Amino acid sequence: MIGPHLLSIADLGHDGIVQVLNVAESFAEVEKRTMKKVPALKGKVIATMFFEESTRTRLSFETAAKRLSADVLSLSVATSSVKKGESLKDTLKTIEALGIDAVIIRHRSSGAPLQAARFLDDIHVVNAGDGWHEHPSQGLLDAFTVRQAWAAAAGVDPASTGSSLFRGKKIVIVGDIAHSRVARSEVLAYTALGAEVTLVAPATLLPPSVEGWGVAVAHRLDPLLEEADLVSVLRLQAERGSGECVPSLREFTETFGMTEARAERLKEGALITHPGPMVRGVEIASAVADDPRCLVTTQVHNGVAVRMAALYLLLTGGNAALDHSEANRDA
Amino acid sequence: MAHEVVERHGSLERLVVVGLQSGGVALANRLALELERITGSTVPEGVLDVVFYRDDLDLRPVVPESATEIPVDVEGRIVLLVDDVLFTGRTVRAALNALSDFGRAGAIELAVLVDRGHRELPIRPDYVGKNLPTALSESVTATLDGVYLTRSSA
Repeated sequence: MIGPHLLSIADLGHDGIVQVLNVAESFAEVEKRTMKKVPALKGKVIATMFFEESTRTRLSFETAAKRLSADVLSLSVATSSVKKGESLKDTLKTIEALGIDAVIIRHRSSGAPLQAARFLDDIHVVNAGDGWHEHPSQGLLDAFTVRQAWAAAAGVDPASTGSSLFRGKKIVIVGDIAHSRVARSEVLAYTALGAEVTLVAPATLLPPSVEGWGVAVAHRLDPLLEEADLVSVLRLQAERGSGECVPSLREFTETFGMTEARAERLKEGALITHPGPMVRGVEIASAVADDPRCLVTTQVHNGVAVRMAALYLLLTGGNAALDHSEANRDA
Repeated sequence: MAHEVVERHGSLERLVVVGLQSGGVALANRLALELERITGSTVPEGVLDVVFYRDDLDLRPVVPESATEIPVDVEGRIVLLVDDVLFTGRTVRAALNALSDFGRAGAIELAVLVDRGHRELPIRPDYVGKNLPTALSESVTATLDGVYLTRSSA
């Protein structure tokens, strides 16, 4: 079983990822019912703490928790005591004292959710994006979405395929790798499932640590297009200063953008994903964003089922999963 | 068992057979085939996974076996739940709750291959293959080839 926390895709490993994807298939079926709610987490309280803005991730997590019949509290940082100068630790201790079962954290600092997991003894911590580090639920839903698309193309039940559809697949991740937490989570998920990942970005948008990631790196997108089974397009994160890393947006689009001409050159059956929010005309052309090969709205839709699966697996099975020594392993 | 169902209902028009994941699925399938052989009309078949409705999720981790699929609207229908072994009745309780989320069935009936006793809830089967008195320490496994009673060595 996975847990007690979901801080990084690396915590799950191959088997954990496959388990989340399979359970998510069951929840995808629940979402098709007229009554979309199941009582699995009845009586549990889940809090979302977003120290950084978000639309889809927060709504998606809250929808997922509500579909599982958990009670959801959302801490609005703007109106909370954080504004009075309360530290993250004290805010978390307050949450713990209230007897909340799980907390979903987004924070501008990498490692904040891990720090939270160390502070808290009886609460499951879910990372909903921390700085440049990771966004594990996004990596999982991207893997879920492409597995579903490949399974549909092959006419098989996705839950029966495990990771077999990923083996040997060529996946290109292009854009602002340095500032993207999605890139890190996708790299961990796709490589764990057996795909061959190539990162494409200008040298200024690659993190210094990239050599340790165990993936190929390229500085040109064009030679990879014909071979790629999946192109994951990432946004330029202007709020994290990527604007200074490229000479101009137009030049970035010319070299690394998913333009209509590039989309033309993709092989048959190739897919395009984007974690959103898209900046049309910069990293992805508007016509490509609306192309049926681009799965961006499917990704948002699947986010709920995947997050239901993650919350379900973390919060059921009793507090046996909350092994304190495990939670403090890095402390 | 199929004959008993036909005797009770005559027409199977409103019937839908639903196997409980995972032991009841193969059995539901057999029962549906048998009903079809006797009456000549096809009976819709479904699969129900009750994991998300269980009351013991806090005690042990349970992962769904596969997706639920009920091919018809249960509204007003006679739903025949099928499971292999009836024990505490908790799975059936979960199934009743799950089913009520799919609509208001006209009636819900329960068919089990083996009733081993030890009910913890006021639930009784409508059709029973065999009543098998057991001790709590024993376990019962029903497969398509037969029913096995094993004593735990402890």
